[in-house]
Amino acid sequence: MSQTQMNIKPQKIINKAKISALLSILFMGMGQMYNRQYIKGILYFLVEWYVILFFSKTIFHGLWGLFTLGEQPQIVKGILVVQQGDHSIFLMIEGILTVFLIIIFLLIYVQNVRDAYQTGLQRELGKNVRTFKESLLHVWENGFPYVLITPTGILIVFIVLFPLVFGILIAFTNYSSPDHLPPRNLVDWVGFESFAILFKLKTWSKTFFGVFSWTVVWALLSTFSVMFTGLIVAVLINSKHVRYKGIWRTVIIIPWAIPQYVSLLIFRNLYNGQFGPINNMLVSMGFERIPWLSDPLWAKISILMANLWSGFPFWMAYMAAILLNIDRELYEAAEVDGAGPLQKFRRITLPAVLSTTAPLFIFTFAFNFNNFNVIYLLTDGNPANVNYNYAGHSDILISWLYKLTLTHGQYNMASVVSIIIFIIIAGISIWNLRKTNIFKEVS
Amino acid sequence: METMITKQSAHTVTSKYYKMKQRFSALMVYIILILICMICVYPVFWIFVGSLNPGDTLYSTSVFPEKLSFLHYKELFQKTNFANWYKNTLFICFMTMILATFMTVNTAYAFSRFRFKGHKSGLITMLILQMFPPFMGMIAIYILLLQLNLLDNFWGLILVYVGTFVPYNTWLMKGYFDGLSKSIEDAAKIDGASHLKIFLKITLPLSKPMITFIAINSFILPWMDFVLASLVLRSSEQKTLAIGLYEMVKGKTDVDFTTFAAGAVLVAIPITFLFLTFQKWMIEGISAGAEKG
Repeated sequence: MSQTQMNIKPQKIINKAKISALLSILFMGMGQMYNRQYIKGILYFLVEWYVILFFSKTIFHGLWGLFTLGEQPQIVKGILVVQQGDHSIFLMIEGILTVFLIIIFLLIYVQNVRDAYQTGLQRELGKNVRTFKESLLHVWENGFPYVLITPTGILIVFIVLFPLVFGILIAFTNYSSPDHLPPRNLVDWVGFESFAILFKLKTWSKTFFGVFSWTVVWALLSTFSVMFTGLIVAVLINSKHVRYKGIWRTVIIIPWAIPQYVSLLIFRNLYNGQFGPINNMLVSMGFERIPWLSDPLWAKISILMANLWSGFPFWMAYMAAILLNIDRELYEAAEVDGAGPLQKFRRITLPAVLSTTAPLFIFTFAFNFNNFNVIYLLTDGNPANVNYNYAGHSDILISWLYKLTLTHGQYNMASVVSIIIFIIIAGISIWNLRKTNIFKEVS
Repeated sequence: METMITKQSAHTVTSKYYKMKQRFSALMVYIILILICMICVYPVFWIFVGSLNPGDTLYSTSVFPEKLSFLHYKELFQKTNFANWYKNTLFICFMTMILATFMTVNTAYAFSRFRFKGHKSGLITMLILQMFPPFMGMIAIYILLLQLNLLDNFWGLILVYVGTFVPYNTWLMKGYFDGLSKSIEDAAKIDGASHLKIFLKITLPLSKPMITFIAINSFILPWMDFVLASLVLRSSEQKTLAIGLYEMVKGKTDVDFTTFAAGAVLVAIPITFLFLTFQKWMIEGISAGAEKG
């Protein structure tokens, strides 16, 4: 008895489920109606009609714009604009938004097919189909996480994801000043041409590799200097000679507490070549003035020193916390064995500190790699470099990017540079994360 | 024990030398620390005194002026839109804090406590997104806000801040939620408490430290930001403190230095206060963040 049932069932299950799924693929909601879920079916049905009736034109126009970036250039006679041409960039934005809409629609479509298939299965198993009320209740009970994440999802799609897609696409166009600026001109897709220009054209490649190597040097030196100064100061305060440790720490933490842009602007004044107090002091002591911000090498040193000032107190505080966790007995044992302070530092303190701080070190490196504020607020990337395209001596990639975008309108090159920055930073971050088990946490 | 005593008696021969050495190294440590403290305090002291100097220029500013004057603070409010900038910045920071914290807590809770379709891909998407510098989307953000008529509008800027903070903060917050014991929540679930009730009455109160960290951070970051603000806010009434101060010192001349100094002091005070109050949490939060990426 039960065996015969078992034999028949699979065949039938597949049939009804498949039929409802096929119907829903054919037109949204049909499968649901076949399953006698009329209200749900009609709602799905209306969604597809609505999209077809009111959005098909928008969708075609959006896709057309994305592929062609406009075909009608602006026509100007004398100084009068005779015909407003296509605005390539707006077309591109509309195109991306259209693609987003299509993706959302497809997701709903897939959901509709899956729902029909599963209800079909239920029906075959002889279970009751959910009424519309029950469906709503089901959604309400299982939907709590979606209620929580939807606002964030929407925000991230528009504020983060959409600009990123747009920014990446720009790299494959010729969107740049002076010849390809809408609305006066059209912008075209050019494939990897901008990448080729950056690496092959002498003026661009020279700028890129020059700025790139200073960026790496800057990121390394700034991170190392801040970290080791912090460690040394923490060890000094921690030494048994020092009393009132709390007071020392509080005084030294002051630079960290000052908003960084304020301290950078203060340093810009301190470094002032003609009027600044540092040079005044040097002059009154009989030395020459130092061109803190106007000489290429000094500008870089000045930047590193200002960064050290505002950055090391955090590391001092952080290191102090780590030092507290090192077992006191280790030091006592070392003392009994006759180790001096330097040896204790090298053999006990340093290894303990380095193993704990490695992730934070890499994090800081990645942060400094893109530390726009320090460069821009101190020097604006100056002093100027005549051999560079739109970059000064102290510019790092991100501040060069800023100038390319906001001052010089070289959007395509800026976009190529930002893609390169991303590849570097993502590489470092993923390498860092693989060590910390985070991917296991996700899965 | 006996060997220790013999060792010590051996030391007494050289103990005088040893004591000298100890004293010398103590002296060295103190000298170095005092130097470091001076370097740390000098710029702060200098800008503070600069704001109280009677003169106008950078050159005439002396570290120990003969008399102090509050004139520059008065000028700051009369000559520039400083009060307005301050109000703008406070508004932007406050709104960003509320929105970013609210969204972060919701999203992190959903990702920590529920398994749903898109759970894994959502988490990985946010992990990748927080690696992008907000810069990459700069042109697009600009054009997008232009299209939505949100350029030169505080809400445009606030939304941009919130959007860029949430992915990273969500990871931090989710890590914290994951670490909380689930036994109380399970008990409440058995007693029939709703999702919302468990979230509000049990999880949130337990997470106060991390929520505070994220809230303070979401307040301080816009306060410190220069780039996005300069991109979005364009007119002079809509400036934030960061833009206003930057424009005061942008020129190569030394005029108006003292006004800048007064402004810098007023900007730094509240944040410095916040930092010193919460410094322990800031350190913990940043190091937790580094481990998450």
